[in-house]
Amino acid sequence: MAKRPDIEKPLSSYQAARKRRNLLIQMGITLFALVVLSIYTMPLGYGVMTSLKTKEQASDPQGPVIPSEALQYEYEGEKYDVVYVPTDDGLQKWALIKPTRRVSQFIDINNPEAGIIEWEGNWRALEPVFETSFQWGNYKEAWETIEFLKLLKNTFIYAFVTMIGTLVASALVAYGFARFRFPFRNTLFMVMISTIILPPAVTLVPTYAFFIKVLGWGGTWLPLIVPQMFGNAYNVFLLRQYFMTIPRELDDAAKIDGAGPMRTFLSVILPQAVPALTAVALFHFFFAWNDFFGPLIYLAGSRDLRPITVGLTEFNGLYRTEPQLILAAATISMILPLTIFFIAQRVFIQGIVITGVDK
Amino acid sequence: MGVSLKWTRVVRTQPRSRFQMGLRSMSPAQRREARWGLIFISPWLIGFTLFYLMPMIASLIFSTYDFKLSAPEDARFVGLDNWNRMLFHDSNVWEGLRITFTFGTVSLLIGMTSAFLLAVLLNSKHLLARNVFRTLFYAPTMVPLIAAIVIWSRVLNPQTGWLNKIIESFGINAVGVDGLRWLDDPNLVYFAYTFIGLWGIGNAVLINLAGLQGVPTELYEAAEIDGAGWGRRLWKITIPMVSPIIFYNLILNVLGLLQYFIVPWVLNQGNGYPEGSTRFYMVYFYKQAFTFQNMGYGAALAWMLFIVALIITIFLFTTGRSWVYYSSEER
Repeated sequence: MAKRPDIEKPLSSYQAARKRRNLLIQMGITLFALVVLSIYTMPLGYGVMTSLKTKEQASDPQGPVIPSEALQYEYEGEKYDVVYVPTDDGLQKWALIKPTRRVSQFIDINNPEAGIIEWEGNWRALEPVFETSFQWGNYKEAWETIEFLKLLKNTFIYAFVTMIGTLVASALVAYGFARFRFPFRNTLFMVMISTIILPPAVTLVPTYAFFIKVLGWGGTWLPLIVPQMFGNAYNVFLLRQYFMTIPRELDDAAKIDGAGPMRTFLSVILPQAVPALTAVALFHFFFAWNDFFGPLIYLAGSRDLRPITVGLTEFNGLYRTEPQLILAAATISMILPLTIFFIAQRVFIQGIVITGVDK
Repeated sequence: MGVSLKWTRVVRTQPRSRFQMGLRSMSPAQRREARWGLIFISPWLIGFTLFYLMPMIASLIFSTYDFKLSAPEDARFVGLDNWNRMLFHDSNVWEGLRITFTFGTVSLLIGMTSAFLLAVLLNSKHLLARNVFRTLFYAPTMVPLIAAIVIWSRVLNPQTGWLNKIIESFGINAVGVDGLRWLDDPNLVYFAYTFIGLWGIGNAVLINLAGLQGVPTELYEAAEIDGAGWGRRLWKITIPMVSPIIFYNLILNVLGLLQYFIVPWVLNQGNGYPEGSTRFYMVYFYKQAFTFQNMGYGAALAWMLFIVALIITIFLFTTGRSWVYYSSEER
């Protein structure tokens, strides 16, 4: 017992060293992650900052990082540039009233009553004063120029109609694969999964010709909506995996109560599978929000029906000289998806992991 | 087929004989069950027939016709002329494939390595506020692709973009006419496109992360006792253990890259700028099929892409056997 402190002392100092080392590693790794994160998300910062600049500043290589404007001062009805002037009392913000080569006249903007101040030196060497100024008007202008409301409406209708369609169809199909035995079930399931590997281009040409020439659906949303009413492999796979984790005893209990397969599906399976259904709904929403190729070929020439993706692409082509407007439009288009993601991230991330890992 | 092994394991809980017996030898209850099953999967069966099976066959038939959508009545059977032209007389086809493969290799290496290393970082037990980092690193993947392209194209601007300014601040000459002209220099443009693609690796990171969390910790403890360092543990334990997930990401990435289209289309309407270095295969396909409305030749080009995708997939699955590790095979 008497020896114990002697043993404990080196041990505790060892522990302390270990703890300190761990803390250092923690800080090092976290700092590293912060640096990587800031480089990775830097373009977001660039986009938002530039979208708030004036047109001149957005395309000026020497422009400041933070949106700002040259400060001006109104004196006796005229506007004058404000510059930094080195004086005996340090750097002063003075408005340049009358620049001449040797002696220029200034007004102290903090003390205009003092009247005209004369200052000797080259006014051209003076730095202009910038002050932060966000051009929120860019967002209004972008919103109106791109007709954002119309794009938003089109995208929303498309996203919601197909979301409901694909949810209903995929859930039914997934239930069929998860709970019923029928001939060639495995083969059919494999065929369905292998459609994931199939490049859409292979089916595109005849489908396009059929929709445009035979059905006359060119310039409508129908060719984009109808094919999504039959369920797709990703969604069915995700839902089936989830349905299989629901205990069969629940089905059996419902069966004893006299529920048929449809009743069981509606009252047992669906309520149990809300997280998976939400994940599918979210995935589909993001898919629809991003869908570009389909609208590009089927809605060519129908300006009024364009979704956000196509509208933004055209805007990007037409307004190349107005980067601040393009970036404002781009920022507007990502607000909703990002918000939904931050709110629903748990369900969302689980869904991705199910599709990726359970194979 | 490594990946499929696990599906069959899940599915094959019922007696195998069901397969051979067919409908006739089933009891009434079994028949009723089979009928319900088929009713429930019927939406997919219909969709598959209408939008996969029939168009695929039609596409193959189309490829033997000279057929413009604007004048369908002039369509005429040309046998294998389209295939002959595509394989032997159209340099755009091979050029498109070459460009797609070159870019694909660059993008695949950088993209998959980044996704894996990022997952390792986000899985580190030393990282503080791990969940916050995971969310923030995923966020750019949620930025709509078109918005991402629009923003990146300006971040990569040699004069006003921030990327060159950041590089310049490390003392490397990047800004200006003789600096790094990411989108105008054919030697740099594939890297520029890869950067844009890096904003889409979120899903791969998450899947990698789930894989990393599934590696039994005993393996690391055992290796640590044996004196294995961080790098050795990564190489000898982590990578083999998550190889099925790397494989899955690889397949999805390869198939996606073969169909690379949107970025070159949004940035320069597929005109190949700079110096024809962005004339991807899908861009050429789009032009033939939809700009010139050559349905026959377009169908042939699409089938060619499918065949290339199939060959690569089969190749990957065959070679995958030697490096993808499935713990379930040990059972």
